[in-house]
Amino acid sequence: MSAPTQSEAEIESRLTAIGRVADGIRRFFDGDIWYSFKSSRIAVVAGIVTLVIFLAALFAPIVAPSNPYDLATLNLLDAFTAPAWIEGGSSAFLLGTDDQGRDMLSAIIFGTRVSLIVGFASIIFAMLLGITLGLISGYVGGITDAVIMRIADVQLSFPAILIALLVDGVVRGLLPPNRHADIAVWVLIFSIGISNWVQFARTVRGSCMVERNKEYVQAARIIGIHPILIMLRHVLPNVMGPVSVIATIGLAVAVLTEATLSFLGVGMPPTQPSLGTLVNTGQNFLASGEWWIAVFPGFMLATLVLAVNLLGDWLRDALNPKLR
Amino acid sequence: MAAMAAFILRRVFQAIIVMLVVSALAFVMFKFVGDPIAQMVGQDTSLQDRAALRERLGLNDPIIFQYLRYLGDVIQGDFGISFRTARRVDVLLVERLPATLELALVAAVFALAAGVPMGVYTGLYPDRWLSRVFQAVSLAGISLPTFFIGILLILFFGVVLGWLPTFGRGETVRIGWWSTGLLTLSGLKSVIMPAFTLGMFQLTLIMRLVRSEMLEVLRTDYIKFARARGLSNFAVHFGHALKNTLVPVITITGLQLGSLIAFAIITETVFQWPGMGLLFLQAIQFADIPVMSTYLILVAAFFVVINLVVDLLYYVVDPRLRLDRSLAT
Repeated sequence: MSAPTQSEAEIESRLTAIGRVADGIRRFFDGDIWYSFKSSRIAVVAGIVTLVIFLAALFAPIVAPSNPYDLATLNLLDAFTAPAWIEGGSSAFLLGTDDQGRDMLSAIIFGTRVSLIVGFASIIFAMLLGITLGLISGYVGGITDAVIMRIADVQLSFPAILIALLVDGVVRGLLPPNRHADIAVWVLIFSIGISNWVQFARTVRGSCMVERNKEYVQAARIIGIHPILIMLRHVLPNVMGPVSVIATIGLAVAVLTEATLSFLGVGMPPTQPSLGTLVNTGQNFLASGEWWIAVFPGFMLATLVLAVNLLGDWLRDALNPKLR
Repeated sequence: MAAMAAFILRRVFQAIIVMLVVSALAFVMFKFVGDPIAQMVGQDTSLQDRAALRERLGLNDPIIFQYLRYLGDVIQGDFGISFRTARRVDVLLVERLPATLELALVAAVFALAAGVPMGVYTGLYPDRWLSRVFQAVSLAGISLPTFFIGILLILFFGVVLGWLPTFGRGETVRIGWWSTGLLTLSGLKSVIMPAFTLGMFQLTLIMRLVRSEMLEVLRTDYIKFARARGLSNFAVHFGHALKNTLVPVITITGLQLGSLIAFAIITETVFQWPGMGLLFLQAIQFADIPVMSTYLILVAAFFVVINLVVDLLYYVVDPRLRLDRSLAT
């Protein structure tokens, strides 16, 4: 007899869970953040551009006119076709083709996908690392805090791109060269993530130190709640605002760093090109007049970074109580 | 004065710690990435010979001794031999140093010479259309990747118009051990696009900084008093307002010199500029650890010295910071 009541309880709890999510969504759309988003024309445009790019990257196999990595569809006779609106262009290839006869538009859509995957993964890695170290640093204090923060200081005095290059170079040195292409994604995610954790750690540590001394945290400690639980339940929610701003701008930085490393030839290999790799390949054909191979991926990259940056700027202002 | 001496001592001490950490990192790279014996001997060297060589090079000593020996070598300027070119690393770097420093210098001068006036203008007249153009340029400067700016320049001024050379340094003149490209016409033409590419981000930064500082300073009372005293606009804007915005500008420019050296890696690759950055990148591609670790030490030393000098200057220039030192770092 107990089975039905259990499932009823389960259904009920699920219903309340759904209700809570619906409530959350309603509150979001009634809330200040959404209002401030709606009333900022720049934020709306940047948001739409970002959304379109994200969706195109997500559904790349459906959206793209052709699959640039399907060797069967490539025809070398199509190589170096100019964009459709130029003399010698073909309506089959809106943005022209590269040296392999690959449709540039498709290559760009797939390249954006690779760039975004690496960007998201590395910023998530940086965020997890930074938040963990920041919580530990702020909660434990003492020597642990001093060591972590000195490392952060030293790292912060060098540009992130230099750190990423170094880590990338060392990891490449550790691995046999014939494996470089297969694991390039992981090496990139690791090196870009490592070079971006400091901002997260500093912010989280700051608010952790403030929260730690508040009475409710002390009360929680006295009744014997595990420190990790206290940090996750009480300290972390207080820093999600600034962390989301850092993560948004960090995404732009990560995409840019990935593109730069790939452009320099130490990132994604030509078999799995990101936007940076595409620009790198296209660079070879600038002098012979096939400018579109380098220029269109570059513009795509710039548009993406600009849109995400503008969103980050808006979010920072929207979450800043001083500016309300 | 005692406080100042203590402050300087503490900063120098911190700088030494940072350099020790960086050199330890460089040593670890040396020690664990790649096998120096395999790099030095041929395929047919016997295992006994390899072991003997390992013993003779001291590779079997306790790790701390090896580190100290490495440190001793580095202090004496012996950075080992490049895996890729089989030449002494210090010689390689010294050859490449002038090209990078000249590029960074021209870029910094360009960023200051263009960034400060643009910042002053946008600060004084925030609503004019030219200010909006400058603001848009600065947004582009932040969002356009460095390498893409370089590529657009090459395409436009190099390929389409054919005005400027697209790669290399042009003709150079030797003055002692220093080779300069700034004294020949082709050298000067060659430096324009790379310096613009490299300086663009710094220009943006300086412009935004000067603008916001100007906006802030123009609201203060002493500017109102200066106007009330009947001073000309020029004297108010440049004698009173701009002068007071320059302390942070100088600091940021100083700190950015280090970034210029680092970002030169990208610019030098785009324009095939024969500097240290290009050497470093080739070292990464070939996992040439001695060159990588030496570059790391060199750049770290550069950064540490700049940070130290800027901190000390700040301390001298701004008396408020003597109480709260943490703001300066």
